[in-house]
Amino acid sequence: MKNCLVVDDSKVIRKVARHILESLDLVVDEAVDGREALTHCEATMPDVVLLDWNMPHMTGLEFLNELTRRKLPQHPKIIFCTTENGLGHIRAAVEAGADEYVMKPFDRETLESKLQLVGIL
Amino acid sequence: MTALSGDSSVRAIADFFEQRTGQHLGESRMWRIETVLRDVMRKHGLGDLHALHARLQRDPYGELAAGTIHCIMNHESSFFRDLNVFESIEKQILPHLNRTLPEKLLRIWCAGCSTGQEAYSLAIVLKRQEHLWKDWRVSILGTDISPFSIEKAQAGVFQQMDVQRGLPIADLLRWFEPNGDQWRIAQDLRALTSFKVDNILDHHAITGKFDLILCRNVLLYFSPELRAHALSRIARLSRPDTLLILGAGETTIGTGTQFVPSGAFRGAYDIGGAGPAPHMLDRLAG
Ligand SMILES: C[S@@+](CC[C@H](N)C(=O)[O-])C[C@H]1O[C@@H](n2cnc3c(N)ncnc32)[C@H](O)[C@@H]1O
Repeated sequence: MKNCLVVDDSKVIRKVARHILESLDLVVDEAVDGREALTHCEATMPDVVLLDWNMPHMTGLEFLNELTRRKLPQHPKIIFCTTENGLGHIRAAVEAGADEYVMKPFDRETLESKLQLVGIL
Repeated sequence: MTALSGDSSVRAIADFFEQRTGQHLGESRMWRIETVLRDVMRKHGLGDLHALHARLQRDPYGELAAGTIHCIMNHESSFFRDLNVFESIEKQILPHLNRTLPEKLLRIWCAGCSTGQEAYSLAIVLKRQEHLWKDWRVSILGTDISPFSIEKAQAGVFQQMDVQRGLPIADLLRWFEPNGDQWRIAQDLRALTSFKVDNILDHHAITGKFDLILCRNVLLYFSPELRAHALSRIARLSRPDTLLILGAGETTIGTGTQFVPSGAFRGAYDIGGAGPAPHMLDRLAG
């Protein structure tokens, strides 16, 4: 089974995402911000990261840049999942190496289709 | 009294809907008729389903009929719905058509295209392989029984929810621009497509032959007889080597029509049956 790390400072969003992802047969871990996510990735690299943008300590984008800089042996698929819906944010995420981008609010079909697009499902 | 046993108008409207569209309504959808038609009834000043049915009998092809059909219909669609189908179209079927069609003319038809996502997904795929289609005349026709869906397809403006489902983010960036909190599709893609109102049971808006036909998630609720009827109409707009693609779980088997599973492409159907027609094999060999 594949692993998904949900990185979001909102407990509610983490819970909703976990519910959907588990129903899609993924094993889910959670992190509350980019810093915790980095620590998690160094210990166990997930197959895919569902990544919020605005979080305390380290934003999603800073996390992605840092993860890329560290050149770890594996790199997960990155799906941004954020309320930032502007073109500028989407472009910045894609330029930083995000594989997909989900605008909140999202539903099961949306997440499922994005996970298919990045080859996780 | 329940709606089904007590109100014969529900059944009469369901019958009208099936006669016009081919779609058979199961009990669960029949239960929802009154709810989904509330706005239409209000708009036309009709007090109940009985009054609505009476008006439909007097004017079965007018605006009220179109509105009634639209509200009962399932229009669900999404970009790149059933991703594996689009992968096979992109990697196998289109390159095959590119190699074998004699005239540098590619005609695609999406029958039952709803609000256009299927047709525009094909347009995106064609643009991804623009090098193959340079100097070709390429067109994608989308048809649907609902004038309201066709109007939306023509407008090419989609909600955020729509552009998230199935559409790769790179294609959103490449082919859409924000339009308030919606997204408008690029003129380049719209130029490849055209949309028309058309009932698959009685083609009047379409002429010529198509090379690739998609009729997905449309015939699912047709009775076997009407499905056969619709497929025979599709066959008239096909050559022996035209490829037909149905929705997941739909099949031509048992319909007594000419379409049989294609020998060359899994999930597709053709009238020839044994893969490419002889003139195509010549071309492949050459
Ligand atoms: C569930 S949607 C499928 C849309 C798209 N083909 C897809 O798979 O995503 C079915 C569409 O078929 C249309 N439809 C149903 N019966 C039809 C008929 N008799 N002639 C033309 N269109 C029809 C409906 O209006 C609806 O938009």
